[in-house]
Amino acid sequence: MASETPRKAGAATAVAEETAIRPFRIDVPEEALNDLRRRIAATRWPERETVADDSQGVRLATIQELARSWLNYDWRTCETKLNALPQFMTEIDGLDIHFIHVRSRHDNALPLIITHGWPGSIIEQLKIIDPLTNPTAHGAEASDAFDLVIPSIPGHGFSAKPTSTGWDPLRTARAWIELMRRLGYTRYVAQGGDWGAAITQRMGVEAPPGLLGIHTNMPGTVPDDLWEAVQAGAPTPPGLSAEERRAYQELHDFFADHLAYAVEMSKRPQTLYGIADSPVGLAAWMLDHDPKSYELIARAFAGNPGGLSRDDVLDNVTLYWLTNTGISSARLYWENKFGFFNVQGVKIPVGVSIFPDELYEAPRSWAERAYPKLIHYNRLPVGGHFAAWEQPQIFSEELRAAFRSLRNGRQAR
Amino acid sequence: MAGFATTSEKEVIATTVADGSIRPFRFGAPEEDLVELRRRIQATRWPDKETVSDRSQGVPLAKLRRLVEYWGTLYDWRKVEATLNSLPQFITDIDGVEIQFAHIRSAHDDAMPMLMTHGWPGSIIELLKVIEPLTDPPAHGGAAEDAFHLVLPTLPGYGYSGKPRSIGWNPARIASAFHTLMLRLGYPRYVSQGGDWGAIISEVLASHSPGGLLGIHVNMPGTVPADVLRHLRNFDPAPAELSDREKMAYDRLLHFYRDGFGYAAMMNQSPQTIGYALADSPAAMAGYYYEKFAEWTDSDGEPERVFRYDEMLDAITLYWLTNTGASSSRSYWEGAQAGGGPFDAVDIPQLPVAVSVFPAEIYRAPRSWGERSFGNIMYWNEVDKGGHFAAWEQPQIFCEEVRAAFKSLRT
Repeated sequence: MASETPRKAGAATAVAEETAIRPFRIDVPEEALNDLRRRIAATRWPERETVADDSQGVRLATIQELARSWLNYDWRTCETKLNALPQFMTEIDGLDIHFIHVRSRHDNALPLIITHGWPGSIIEQLKIIDPLTNPTAHGAEASDAFDLVIPSIPGHGFSAKPTSTGWDPLRTARAWIELMRRLGYTRYVAQGGDWGAAITQRMGVEAPPGLLGIHTNMPGTVPDDLWEAVQAGAPTPPGLSAEERRAYQELHDFFADHLAYAVEMSKRPQTLYGIADSPVGLAAWMLDHDPKSYELIARAFAGNPGGLSRDDVLDNVTLYWLTNTGISSARLYWENKFGFFNVQGVKIPVGVSIFPDELYEAPRSWAERAYPKLIHYNRLPVGGHFAAWEQPQIFSEELRAAFRSLRNGRQAR
Repeated sequence: MAGFATTSEKEVIATTVADGSIRPFRFGAPEEDLVELRRRIQATRWPDKETVSDRSQGVPLAKLRRLVEYWGTLYDWRKVEATLNSLPQFITDIDGVEIQFAHIRSAHDDAMPMLMTHGWPGSIIELLKVIEPLTDPPAHGGAAEDAFHLVLPTLPGYGYSGKPRSIGWNPARIASAFHTLMLRLGYPRYVSQGGDWGAIISEVLASHSPGGLLGIHVNMPGTVPADVLRHLRNFDPAPAELSDREKMAYDRLLHFYRDGFGYAAMMNQSPQTIGYALADSPAAMAGYYYEKFAEWTDSDGEPERVFRYDEMLDAITLYWLTNTGASSSRSYWEGAQAGGGPFDAVDIPQLPVAVSVFPAEIYRAPRSWGERSFGNIMYWNEVDKGGHFAAWEQPQIFCEEVRAAFKSLRT
């Protein structure tokens, strides 16, 4: 599956071994790719849905088109792209953590750890690596440069799969803090959407010395009383502004009509044997995340792509398949006890970018109450749940703007 | 691209006869389907083990592997197929969908005609053990006057019944189709029985009270009053005004909706999405259905205590061979579109209703709730053992219950 540079035997002590940062390369055996193609070609399909819309889930025509594309898809292109990046493995808290680490050539670049979500992976972040580390090639200034650390969440991608319980967003946040310490970063920032938002906000609550601030594109801003109401499916309470009503309604509808996959993963992740055994079963499960993301992906397979291409989607699904991480990633839902969208109690500086097709558009009024040090709030005209992946340029501009005030020397002005 | 074909032989046959005729039906899985099933089982790619030592993350890997490995080696579908084919079976078109059913007449002429409907993840296989005791009671400790003529239909989208191609096959429409079936078979007066979907269909039928339906018996009654449902939806603790018995029922329901509802939420919202895995992976299907055998039988989560592997695999294999994972899931979507939940009180003001409460059912319905929506309770009993699959788990107790339930209607 993957090769690591052999550890040097002898001189290193056991402790040094444990904290060693080892280079990592992906090298999927040809047999795994053949097996995948064989399984896709042998897919047994159900009949088509009995509706003419998306209301019964992933449509047969969409997933069949995905399967056709998958048979002609070349994982090696993605693998080569990943292996062109400096990748590493290091053991933290008993678990091997895989990460990409790209340093900017600019001095004073701001170290930034970016965390993916579900059903995502490091693939979500590939398009923003160059704009963020090499801003002068992308219309920005050297002073906007970041050093990037992009880890894979435990149970996801090439990170190890936990074999015991407890790897929730908080434990992962603490592992990330250790990772940044181990990399020698004493002043850094953190970013994430989806699980990345949960983990990044936990880092913000932990507020380790050196973490200057965070940015998220899926903020937890819903006030406690509204959070209870929306989870119980209550109608929109009175006294909200138009923007707040809209946000409430978006969450209300998501909870009412689109949360089943999350309920199943938070209660019975292990029962989802089909996402380990069936490529098409896995792909369909990953496509049915939220209606707007599904629409975006379905467009790609209908020949009318928006922010995501067929290969984008297949890179990500194939990464899950080859690492057999459908169920191990689902277990994070089982582990999690934090709310997804409610106030998390982050007191350090927070930047927020609101993409219109996100699960909900957090109003500024809520963001100001949720984050006492709100350093950036901006609403974007396009983009959705996978913001970095869908709209890498806008996303990169947002991160530059969000963190500008936290850079060395800037605060003093 | 042969792998992308979706039309099955069954669908071709289904479109040819729509005249209300009743045609004999026999099971006969092609040998190549059985070979293909074993091939897929042997090629199963498993995930890593759960990170707990109990079933709190779902079906444990070791349990499912053992079951699936048996499925791919020692299990023999032909045995249950022969049993099924020893029954008189038929197929007929109703309301544009083929309905497959078994029809077993008692030797006793004045036997009571009874429609019995299975649930999810069930089939006629749940009901096999009660056929003889109910049609031939003197051979099974009953009296000739306890005899029933049995009609055991397969729900649309399940087993060898047709798969609806358009929407609208909700419980009310299915109930209406099964009423038509009883009339078509020449039973102008009959009773209806069921658990799970079978209970819901029996209750819907009773609430419409079509001429000829004399009464119903259910082993998963819908009794939860609207005010109690509101609390459940909010995940409130049991309201103080409930009796101890009602509190017990409430707490079980709360646990079910909090912890055990993911499978239904998924099928309510996205039957097609889960359908791809169920269509393509025998392990997916076995896991999804075995989870319910584990959670809903009277077995403390060890269904092997009440069912042999062969029995569970008979039930699962029928779904596999008919590729009905998605189409059966769609019955949940249809139910959700129609509104209401599986345990919601159904108003049946006049028609006689009988209820047997099995202790390991998803909730133990209190009679006090039943009395609020059922205007004419002819029988209510709580038995000591058995769970959601009552006829399958405890066929003797189940048969005694059904006989007792309908006794007052035989005069």
